[in-house]
Amino acid sequence: MLSNIGEILVFLILASSFLIIYNAYIDIKIRNQVVKRMIYNLSLFQITFTILCFFTLIIGFVNSDFSLINVYENSHTTKPLFYKIAGTWGNHEGSLLLWINILVLFSFLFLVFNFKHNKKFRLYTLIIQNILIIGFIIFLLLNSNPFSLIYPVPFEGLGLNPILQDPALAIHPPLLYIGFVGCSIYFSAAMASMLSEYKGKEFALSIKSWVQISWCFQTLGITVGSIWAYYELGWGGFWFWDPVENASLLPWFAITALMHSVMVLEKRNSLYAWVIILCLLTFILSVTGTFLVRSGILNSVHTFASDPSRGIYILLFLGLMIFTSLIIFFKKYKKESYNFNLKTRETFILVNNWFMAFFLVTVLVGILYPIFLDVVADIKISVGPPFYNIVIIPLIVPFLFLMTVGPQFKWINSQKVKFYQTLFFFFGAVIINLFIYYFFGSYSILTNLIFIVAIFLILQCFLDAKQSMYKKKIFEYPRIISHFGFGLLILCIGINHQYSLEEDFNLQVGESKKINNYEIYFKNIKIEQNKNYQSVIGNFKLTDLKKNLIQYLNPEIRVYSDPETLTYEAAIKSKITSDFYLTMSNVSRSEYYNIKFQNKPFMIWIWISAFIIALGGFVQLMLKKNEN
Amino acid sequence: MKINISKIIIFSFVTFFLSIFWLGLKKDNNYNTKNIIGNKISNFQLPSIYNNKFISEEDLKENKFTLINFFASWCAPCRAEHQYLLNLSNRNREIKILGINFKDKKNNAISFLNELGDPYNSVAEDIDGKASILFGIYGIPESILINEELVIIKKIVGPIDPKQYDEILQLIQ
Repeated sequence: MLSNIGEILVFLILASSFLIIYNAYIDIKIRNQVVKRMIYNLSLFQITFTILCFFTLIIGFVNSDFSLINVYENSHTTKPLFYKIAGTWGNHEGSLLLWINILVLFSFLFLVFNFKHNKKFRLYTLIIQNILIIGFIIFLLLNSNPFSLIYPVPFEGLGLNPILQDPALAIHPPLLYIGFVGCSIYFSAAMASMLSEYKGKEFALSIKSWVQISWCFQTLGITVGSIWAYYELGWGGFWFWDPVENASLLPWFAITALMHSVMVLEKRNSLYAWVIILCLLTFILSVTGTFLVRSGILNSVHTFASDPSRGIYILLFLGLMIFTSLIIFFKKYKKESYNFNLKTRETFILVNNWFMAFFLVTVLVGILYPIFLDVVADIKISVGPPFYNIVIIPLIVPFLFLMTVGPQFKWINSQKVKFYQTLFFFFGAVIINLFIYYFFGSYSILTNLIFIVAIFLILQCFLDAKQSMYKKKIFEYPRIISHFGFGLLILCIGINHQYSLEEDFNLQVGESKKINNYEIYFKNIKIEQNKNYQSVIGNFKLTDLKKNLIQYLNPEIRVYSDPETLTYEAAIKSKITSDFYLTMSNVSRSEYYNIKFQNKPFMIWIWISAFIIALGGFVQLMLKKNEN
Repeated sequence: MKINISKIIIFSFVTFFLSIFWLGLKKDNNYNTKNIIGNKISNFQLPSIYNNKFISEEDLKENKFTLINFFASWCAPCRAEHQYLLNLSNRNREIKILGINFKDKKNNAISFLNELGDPYNSVAEDIDGKASILFGIYGIPESILINEELVIIKKIVGPIDPKQYDEILQLIQ
């Protein structure tokens, strides 16, 4: 029943896509500035069908309708309702449907909200977006149908992978999807811009908000994913340079570059070709990321759902997308001449773009090289933190420095920039850095250089905030907030990296271990029966010998029943200044437990500053809304 | 049309990347150990920890059954399963056990075996863990049971427990 409804709805979405393309094509030839009512209606139908279709699948999950293979494979009757719903997008088929939802949603919103822009441009965008939608629907129907039936109907489902049963992970995919799939709309808009010759400032204005929306959601999505890896996977860090994490960074670098250069296009009517390239690249990289994760070509803890046959389809699609966009780009490309004065904001934005491009290429090489080597020479390597740390971290120093200085310049021409204040702040940063050194008592040249530039950026942001408040320049706020967040992020990462304590050892009940100023006492063990898992909970007493503070940490080992899986829940005590982190894992048939203890300073501030970065984007959107 | 070098370069780059992806997809995934049973083990050659000789798949062809056990002195669950390995080697002549010492120091491994007893007919070392990956090993302890044709008949992830011990005995009877 649900299966039929779902499949009919999918076909209706497909049909409306074809109708939209047909009608839009006819309408383009009509020389007026009004888009036919019919197209609006079709779009409205399409979005309605899409949302209904997704709800149908959610109902399947909520009611545990095991006649659907997808529900059978990813759900279970004993699962809490929240995770039944989250299970809808916790698997490949369901998440592809979510993907289509977002494609359609953005297609609809773009049509409705960009009514001020050129008709031909809007219609071309709609056509291209609908071609993308058709491509993904065909993929869904041929290869990943969430409404496929199973017969005989099983009584019980297989259950959702327990490590996916986490609140952070329930919201992580939708956020990331809005971010990544949202890029599709300015991919389409960029193609449409080339086809309809709708260029320059107007084009920049038409895509700006969409770029910001998807940038905000990407930032949030990546942060939430990182929080999940920390709290749930129990890895004890915030970023692991895992290939899948990196795949999510690729579009983020491109979109961050785009967000900056689109301003140049808006203010200076320059860099058009570069903006187009970034628009195309962002979505291409999003699809590349999807390909890498879903095809199983990457080996990573994150690859929950991989299947090479999916890979071939996505690859085909990716190839088509790249070649079509390249051909159109080269056909329409006209050489631009840039005449930027050195001491202007646009020059610094260009520099930002070069850095972003460099980071992007580095991460791309880190992802591709192992695949390349495996294919060509049958050698298996993994590119991990050492590579990225060596290549990326030293460049953070000039990057942050320019990020601080850049916004002090004005557009087009800055005659006199008052640098004595900036210089003063720089010395301030050096002094604060000395305090950090004095307080923690250890030193590393590179890390401390990073401290200096990060503090420099933070201080400058405070000054900028004060000045823009004084001069009532509200439009500067988003930039200041995000840049401040970024400075704080780098500072916290630096401190966290430099001053965290990590120890690995075996303990049995009743034993204790002393590490620096801390004593860990393994008090006892408790076994608890929960709804869908059994847990072994350790009780550890952590004494801070210096401050005479006592805390209790309770790491868990969970034994899930469906499917039978062990997961390790870290005990994490987050405080404003530092996190205590303790995991235990059982050593089979032995009294001993393996304990991993960490004290990580400013851990929570890493997430907070990442949220601040995203907040800047949201503030921008709010301001924009008020402007309208 | 005018031939433009930058265009050619870009197009060939894209084609290159896409073909790498394509080839990557077609390649057998060694990490995927789901369907490992029924496959022949891949060829390997690893140094013995006791002498300068090398151990390879050729040495295993003489055995009716071989249990390849991946262990390390630093791995606590390996201690737990050790008794079962000892039982297997003491009570059963049909099966030979090859130990592969995973990412370990030679001296530590030898003292580990001196302390707990040595169930292995031979012990090879895999210092960087690469060979173990080719066997489809995620982490240790893991064991692979193969027959004389070098075909994998069972894979055990994690320490051997009584149930799996019985299954091994049944399989080799």
